[in-house]
Amino acid sequence: MNTSKLIRLEELCTHYRIKISFFNNLDEIGLIEIKTIEQTLYIHRDNLNTVEKILRLHHELNVNIEGIDVIFNLLQMLEQKENELNKLKNRLRIYEN
Amino acid sequence: MEFIDYYKILGIQKNATEDEIKKAYRKAARKYHPDLNPNDNAAVQKFKEVNEANEVLSNAANRKKYDKYGKDWKHADELDKQQQYRQQDQSRGGYQQSAGNNFQDEDFSSYFESMFGGARGSTKSGRGNASYKGQDYSAELQIDIKEAYTTHKRTITVNGKNIRFTIPAGIKNEQVLRLVGYGGEGSNGAPKGDLLIKFIIENNTKFKLDNDNLYTTIDLDIYKAILGGTLKIDTFDGSVTLKIKPETQNGTKVKLKGKGFPVYKKEGQFGDLYITYNLTLPTNLTEKEIALFTELSKLRAI
Repeated sequence: MNTSKLIRLEELCTHYRIKISFFNNLDEIGLIEIKTIEQTLYIHRDNLNTVEKILRLHHELNVNIEGIDVIFNLLQMLEQKENELNKLKNRLRIYEN
Repeated sequence: MEFIDYYKILGIQKNATEDEIKKAYRKAARKYHPDLNPNDNAAVQKFKEVNEANEVLSNAANRKKYDKYGKDWKHADELDKQQQYRQQDQSRGGYQQSAGNNFQDEDFSSYFESMFGGARGSTKSGRGNASYKGQDYSAELQIDIKEAYTTHKRTITVNGKNIRFTIPAGIKNEQVLRLVGYGGEGSNGAPKGDLLIKFIIENNTKFKLDNDNLYTTIDLDIYKAILGGTLKIDTFDGSVTLKIKPETQNGTKVKLKGKGFPVYKKEGQFGDLYITYNLTLPTNLTEKEIALFTELSKLRAI
């Protein structure tokens, strides 16, 4: 299997100085997806932004994982609303000279 | 460069206790944290200020120096030759910027640097978590609506590096393209960051764009509107001849299917072009025209 876009969890744990249980918790709550290939744990590189955002919120604002899940849901809602607003703004341009 | 009131930034009194400072900082950080305020530069700036205020006020020595000389910052160095407040390592290179594109501007204000030097103190909570993935860069690109009409390649320069990429036809105003791997270097072989390009579409044409549909208004003289005929009009990519129905009313809309804007990333698919007729009346009528219109009006009056 192609693992070029996967990053070993062990490497991330060393880099961020966190325990693997932290990633397991994130996986359980559905914030990231851990893949197991031949007994090695990986995450996809697309998850890296999410992981780093989670770590910042966790360490800098002392938000627990459940809180981060709530924040992510709200941010997603915010993004949807922003997209809607952009669409409406673009539509308004029809009426502007 | 002006004096910065760090107490005011944190919303606390000058005699605030350490605990009050900590609480105020945490509260402000929760409010202005860039991860919680995506695409909000004002919040990023505020977060920077709050961090700077905390940097000074949460450190007893820095706070003392600030309280004593803060307003006379210009002379602070002369007044206080002691350099022990400065960190050993003055270069900020030791501090890794976080991966989010929100953290690009992490420098201290020039006021802070003149008072305390540029070094980051040791009081910083948590931000030392060096990011693994490279930093994401953000850029804004203004293109003309005519350029957005066709898929084309574009070269832009970011941090001295030329990047050539494809802009798919039908890209929308304010749409963001993510170019994976064109951001900052990652640490120890980690993936590079991404480049996020936000598009601003300039439109100086007579066509208005909504989603994939184009809208325009065409002047139509009343004779053609009443009697019908043909009219050559410009669409976005050339001209077409329209058949005008007799007795066409002012404000009538017609739809030209497939003559709109290309649908993003769906090659060969186009929106529609909506034309609104604006009937124009003749002016400076001759006597003969007035006589004829009078006759016409009498016919209708019966």
